[in-house]
Amino acid sequence: MWAYVVRRLGESLLILLGISVVTFALLYLVPADPARQIAGRSATAETVANIRAQLGLDQPFHVQYVRYLGNLLQGDLGRSYLQRTEVSELIAARMPATLLLMGAAIVVELILGLTIGVIAALRRNSALDQSLMVFSFVTISAPQFVVGILLLYVFAVQLNWFPIGGYGTFAHLVLPAITIGLLGTGWYSRMMRSSMIDVLAQDFVRTARAKGLGKLRIILRHVAPNAILPVIAMIGIDIGLFMSGIVVVESVFGWPGIGQLAWQAIQRVDIPIIMGVTLVSACFIVLGNLLADLIAPLVDPRIKLK
Amino acid sequence: MTAQAATPGRGDAPRPVLTVEGLTIQVATPDGAQIVVEDLGFTLNRGETLCLAGESGSGKSMTALAIMGLLPQPMARIARGSIRLADGTELAGRSERDFRDIRANRISMIFQEPMTSLNPVMTIGRQLTEVLLEHRACPRAEAPARALDLLRDVQITDAERRLKQYPHELSGGMRQRVMIAIALACNPEILIADEPTTALDVTVQAEVLELIRALQREHGTTVLMITHDMGVVAEMADRVIVMRHGRQAEAAPVRTLFAAPQTAYARELLAAVPRLGQAPARPVPDRTRDVVDVADLSVRFPMRGGVLNRVRAQVHAVEGVSFRVAPGETLALVGESGCGKSTIGKALLGLVPWEGSIRIDGRQMAGLSPRGLKPIRRNIQMVFQDPGASLDARMTVGRQVAEPLLVHGLATGSELTDRVAWLFRRVGLTPDQMDRYPHEFSGGQRQRICIARALALRPKVIVADESVSALDVSVQAQVLELLRELQQEEGLAYLFISHDMAVIEQVADRVAVMNLGQIVETGSREQVLRAPAHPYTRRLLSAVPVPDPEHVRPPVLPREGEVGSPVRPLGQPPARSEMHEIAPGHWVARPARSRAA
Repeated sequence: MWAYVVRRLGESLLILLGISVVTFALLYLVPADPARQIAGRSATAETVANIRAQLGLDQPFHVQYVRYLGNLLQGDLGRSYLQRTEVSELIAARMPATLLLMGAAIVVELILGLTIGVIAALRRNSALDQSLMVFSFVTISAPQFVVGILLLYVFAVQLNWFPIGGYGTFAHLVLPAITIGLLGTGWYSRMMRSSMIDVLAQDFVRTARAKGLGKLRIILRHVAPNAILPVIAMIGIDIGLFMSGIVVVESVFGWPGIGQLAWQAIQRVDIPIIMGVTLVSACFIVLGNLLADLIAPLVDPRIKLK
Repeated sequence: MTAQAATPGRGDAPRPVLTVEGLTIQVATPDGAQIVVEDLGFTLNRGETLCLAGESGSGKSMTALAIMGLLPQPMARIARGSIRLADGTELAGRSERDFRDIRANRISMIFQEPMTSLNPVMTIGRQLTEVLLEHRACPRAEAPARALDLLRDVQITDAERRLKQYPHELSGGMRQRVMIAIALACNPEILIADEPTTALDVTVQAEVLELIRALQREHGTTVLMITHDMGVVAEMADRVIVMRHGRQAEAAPVRTLFAAPQTAYARELLAAVPRLGQAPARPVPDRTRDVVDVADLSVRFPMRGGVLNRVRAQVHAVEGVSFRVAPGETLALVGESGCGKSTIGKALLGLVPWEGSIRIDGRQMAGLSPRGLKPIRRNIQMVFQDPGASLDARMTVGRQVAEPLLVHGLATGSELTDRVAWLFRRVGLTPDQMDRYPHEFSGGQRQRICIARALALRPKVIVADESVSALDVSVQAQVLELLRELQQEEGLAYLFISHDMAVIEQVADRVAVMNLGQIVETGSREQVLRAPAHPYTRRLLSAVPVPDPEHVRPPVLPREGEVGSPVRPLGQPPARSEMHEIAPGHWVARPARSRAA
């Protein structure tokens, strides 16, 4: 078990190292000169060259990368070009908001997704099943900014149940969490439905019936715990999906998380922030997958970590 | 335990516990309603064992499921008839809710597949206590102790530890014992056993059947047993109902049925059953040269672990095996599941990585590239156990038989069609069936198609891995006959892998018995089956059920020593057993005791 965790962490570090190369290469691919941006539009060519030398931007790629990596290992993600603050501080300040939103979204999508999946599987091919599957299809296909704006329009502008945007109270959390959660709801409900249908046909469900157990008990104790196993593996991958959603949704709802930070940085071509957020997102995805793999043996005794 | 229970069913006036009358079961199919059981009637008397015997599709399992109210919904339903318990309780048409008091309480059932019949994510203990608590068989606090008692009743070793284990940690035989413990937890009057030992090894089968008999004697339970195996019928049944196409073909006490079957169908069925000791004579093959020459073959699978994921241990699936097969000869590989017999077959076809030497028709396969292997591979082909799974459901059977010829560039166009048509006729099918898909054929026909596909390249050797095990006995006999004809006419060599001793006796010239990846005994069919010398071979043979109710099979010989494991730490290969010749051509491994020294 511990050997497994150590090995997986080692692998994760390698993956992150690869990602750091890619994010660093961003700096070169973006058609914007960082020195010019820092110096400002009116600066002379000489000032720009000075800044470039000062930042070491005139040195070859690998030298710059090694220095970047050295800083990274000390927790230094660089300084924002425009805000003149440490990127790590900016991200740390906004992290709680993003984590809260992600946590809430996971709760929404698991509760809605699993419930819909179970009901649809038990009422397979009924009108209810078909309408639930149409609903899940819509939530998967609809762009999140459309869903977000629609929810805002109906529940904030028209019905006035929730604030239009911002951060602070539970009421502020509801609409953005649902907006992100709906996408996962679609995926989870479809997965749970097909997984339930598979498990319902298994021999041990027949055994449970032969024991004289009631329907509810069979569903809750025998079918659902087996059906949920593939869904759990999905949660790790899901965290990656969140990261793309969070940029859009935080901007729509004015949620002060790292998604919004990234969005603003993209608009201003503030590359250190973009690099920092990308790297932190990658950490999330890698850790999310590791976490899913570590949870798996707790719910499925057949899985042994080696 | 009442006095009657001690002598179940015999001597006393029969007391019915279950009466089935005019039972008709309908199944909805895409082609409309089909009747799978028609007008079936029987009574089940207290303490007796009634066997429903028949081939696949005879409706015997449907009958059992109908009694338990477990017919697949909504496709199948009881169209007519009644199923009554002794107190007049009617089971036909009972609602799911009302059935809950009947199941486990009054009628229990165990199933064919012990591997999949238990919930994989629930402990054995919980699966046992669950049924006790559901039917309030004991107070909650006493349930764990009762569960432990139940496991001890079914003679599971280490019962206390098993309660906390999950199904995947138990062998198939142990899982079936757990199923029996669950079934008997609430002391039902009737136990329905649907092919309870079909998926088990023959020695485990003998133990489980013995257990069912012992529990029946002890509790006075009435057993309704569903089986296709006439050997099991002969061992277990008091009375037999032979079913065919959903109808009763013949009903008789077991001795009467075996001694003097009244109907033609029962006679055919019994005649088709292969019996140990009634093997046909076989022509002597030409042993001057070998078409298969395997020397020191080992197959090991690595098991990884640790921080660097290095190989920590190895599964020694096959360890230092050597054998030869001559043209026209059949070598049977026999042993229990996990002994490595199928792995040898796969190694011969290059389907698993192996070490050692394999010569096919004189040509060495070791060290060759896939390209270099291709011409040798033509000479060796395989026929698998499950013809349904080894044919592509979305390709016409003609194209599947043609595929090897195309891959090896041997025929195209009309020549290809002619060749495939010839192969179809060769295996007893007609060329106009070439354009059909696998689902349009029966199990036996599908296996013929697989044989045609294997024959397409005119191989010299065919590896038949449990090729007739999934077939009904009458079909099995026909396929074995086809294999025999092909061998005679084409001089084919067969490596015949099987767990079924009676089938092996029919087809084999020589037999090699395997245990834990090594051959423990090898010799001619007569030597190994009539005069077994190794304790493992003796035990295996002692467990084979005999299709003769007059024959009382002595209990299975006990296992010698511990059950070994093929998993060994790296660098500690298992001791190779040393073979010595006790008669010309009859080689036996020295018993484990002297090896351990």
